[in-house]
Amino acid sequence: MADLPLDAQRRLRSATAVRGGWGRYPRATMSAWRPESPEDAAALLLRADGPLLPVGGLRSYGDQALLTGGGAIRMLRLNRFLALDTATPAVECEAGVTFGELLEVLAPHGLSVPVSPGTRFVTLGGAIANDVHGKNHDRFGAVGAHLDWIDLLLVSGEVRRLTPSGTPELFAATLGGCGLTGLILRARLRLQRTSQAVEVRYSRHDNLEALMAALVEARNAASYSVAWLDAVAAGARLGRGVLETAEPAADTDGPRASDRWLALPFDLPGGLLNRWTVGAFNALYYRRIPVGGRTRRLPLARFLYPLDAIGGWNRLYGRAGFHQFQCVLPEATAPTGLARILERVTASGRASFLAVLKTLGAEGAGHLSFPRPGFTLALDIPRRPGSLELLAALERLTLEHEGRVYLAKDSALSAESVPVMYPRLPAFRRVLAEVDPEARLQSDMARRLGLRGGG
Amino acid sequence: MRPVWIVLGATSPLARAFAIEAGRAGAALLLVARDAERLAPVAADAAIRTGAEVDTLVADFAEPAGLAALATTCWDRAGALGDGPVCLFAAAGTMPDQAQIDAQPELVRRVFAVNAVSLAELLQRLAPRFEAQRGGRIVVVGSVAAERGRPSNYVYGASKAALQTYLQGLRGRLFPAGVGLTTVVPGFLDTAMTYGLPGTFLVAAPETAARRIWRAAARGREVVYVPWFWRWIMLVIRLIPEPLFKRLKL
Repeated sequence: MADLPLDAQRRLRSATAVRGGWGRYPRATMSAWRPESPEDAAALLLRADGPLLPVGGLRSYGDQALLTGGGAIRMLRLNRFLALDTATPAVECEAGVTFGELLEVLAPHGLSVPVSPGTRFVTLGGAIANDVHGKNHDRFGAVGAHLDWIDLLLVSGEVRRLTPSGTPELFAATLGGCGLTGLILRARLRLQRTSQAVEVRYSRHDNLEALMAALVEARNAASYSVAWLDAVAAGARLGRGVLETAEPAADTDGPRASDRWLALPFDLPGGLLNRWTVGAFNALYYRRIPVGGRTRRLPLARFLYPLDAIGGWNRLYGRAGFHQFQCVLPEATAPTGLARILERVTASGRASFLAVLKTLGAEGAGHLSFPRPGFTLALDIPRRPGSLELLAALERLTLEHEGRVYLAKDSALSAESVPVMYPRLPAFRRVLAEVDPEARLQSDMARRLGLRGGG
Repeated sequence: MRPVWIVLGATSPLARAFAIEAGRAGAALLLVARDAERLAPVAADAAIRTGAEVDTLVADFAEPAGLAALATTCWDRAGALGDGPVCLFAAAGTMPDQAQIDAQPELVRRVFAVNAVSLAELLQRLAPRFEAQRGGRIVVVGSVAAERGRPSNYVYGASKAALQTYLQGLRGRLFPAGVGLTTVVPGFLDTAMTYGLPGTFLVAAPETAARRIWRAAARGREVVYVPWFWRWIMLVIRLIPEPLFKRLKL
């Protein structure tokens, strides 16, 4: 095997570039490696200098997948399906498999993932590292509730199989752990037997109170529920929006979703999205639903991933990029808290496209899992002068109402808020101190928020 | 009739993507690679993604001693997988940096052995079987580097040139027997071979390249460039007169 060292060296080549998250702010100059196998990834951990960070589909919005001066380990090429058990049913695959690939492979078997994030470009590894939830959290919980095991490559080079009962601490730290405990190599995900099409019911509700009441009703009655909220409407119409609920369609072979719908190949000029254009768009989106509501049948993928209809939609906000703010507020404080947050957003005049409002069910199993019972609101904030002040105000309002901000989306949280929002942070830090005492794995987010602790 | 594709070097991203194309089209697959640990997940993946019947064979076909046995084993195992014609895809190769070859001249031998000699011998051993079968198709991956020797990559390029010239002759030999042979001439593919390499541009995803190769092979094309525009880039590069070419830093 005279050429083995050469091959190994070749696989360890990295590419340096300025990179950003999905929100395109902040940015970082960093290198990136792209191993083609778990063995390459292990070799990389042993041989590369400086801090490293495993990254997946790069769909987190802020700096979770960035590491200034360090090296990302891009996991996308570790995307092999390893076993499909149609009886249980469950799938074993490498962490770089995306939800789009999962849906495509599972559909012919009448199977699907029990929980899916809002874009099909998220990898399974990224979904685990953020313990993602979908539009059915009340019934199904987050992705972590459906994992039999996770294979984690530690910085020591050791591969450990994590299970909720066998390795509770390391499992809980890895689930939602932002990639900081090690490289998620493989996992076994339990599946759901389901129709590949859904019947979606749309109804419009003309203020926040009505929309929240409709969501509460839907959380117990519907398989999926999500509300699109007009974050520009103010006054009596504050929080008006469209509720979508969905049920699996009765006959299983639904219409097939096309691979690609549209793509935005360039950045829109920064000022194009302003309170008038976005306000008009939001009003149209609201009014296209008749007062009495309507029903439509959609392919499952199209329902789960509405934003994927426009490839590269993040370029809508221009070169400056945007922040996404997502918080969850407990049931008790949500009515006033959400109203105050929306008032603050509308008063700022910072146009946000449709905001998303959902209910969440049980507390997540990870130390840094985002979900907890309550309401979660997500909105885009274009990056302009003053947007950081707005985000700081939203952070304060979230704290006042005992809520928490979603790390997968965040680009602006302050380090002081994290231990308050995530009370299990000390337990997370204890695990990191044990498995990665030299802090080989880092991220700009971990640095900004002091996730590792100890300064 | 279910055809069977033997895929050599199946753990490479292009070969893996090609195997998935073939599987989706209803072929059975015999995946051959030298590293069992890397091959197993690739085989499981191809079976799950395509529903194809997949068999694996661990072999280092750079080892000259085992080639006769390898040819026999490959052919017999493939024949057992389906009732249609046996076809072959080969994407094995090594591309050390030219600087490394300059430092270790003995690597010249290694590069030619892997990229040209072993593959040619294996094809030579399989040729009578293909002729007897009176059908099937062979798809072999060469390189744009074969078409003009450049200081930055000439040992690799020369090994691929040897392979491509061999394939031209083999194509003519197999033609009367109804066996098609497609030479794939890739430009930059987005694999570990090019990742992070300075000077690469317009790299093609292996999946895109594999789809194009699959279609070209199905249409019986003799030579296919991937991505397509490399045909024209290479036309221009071939036309540059040698007195000028030697002065270019390519």
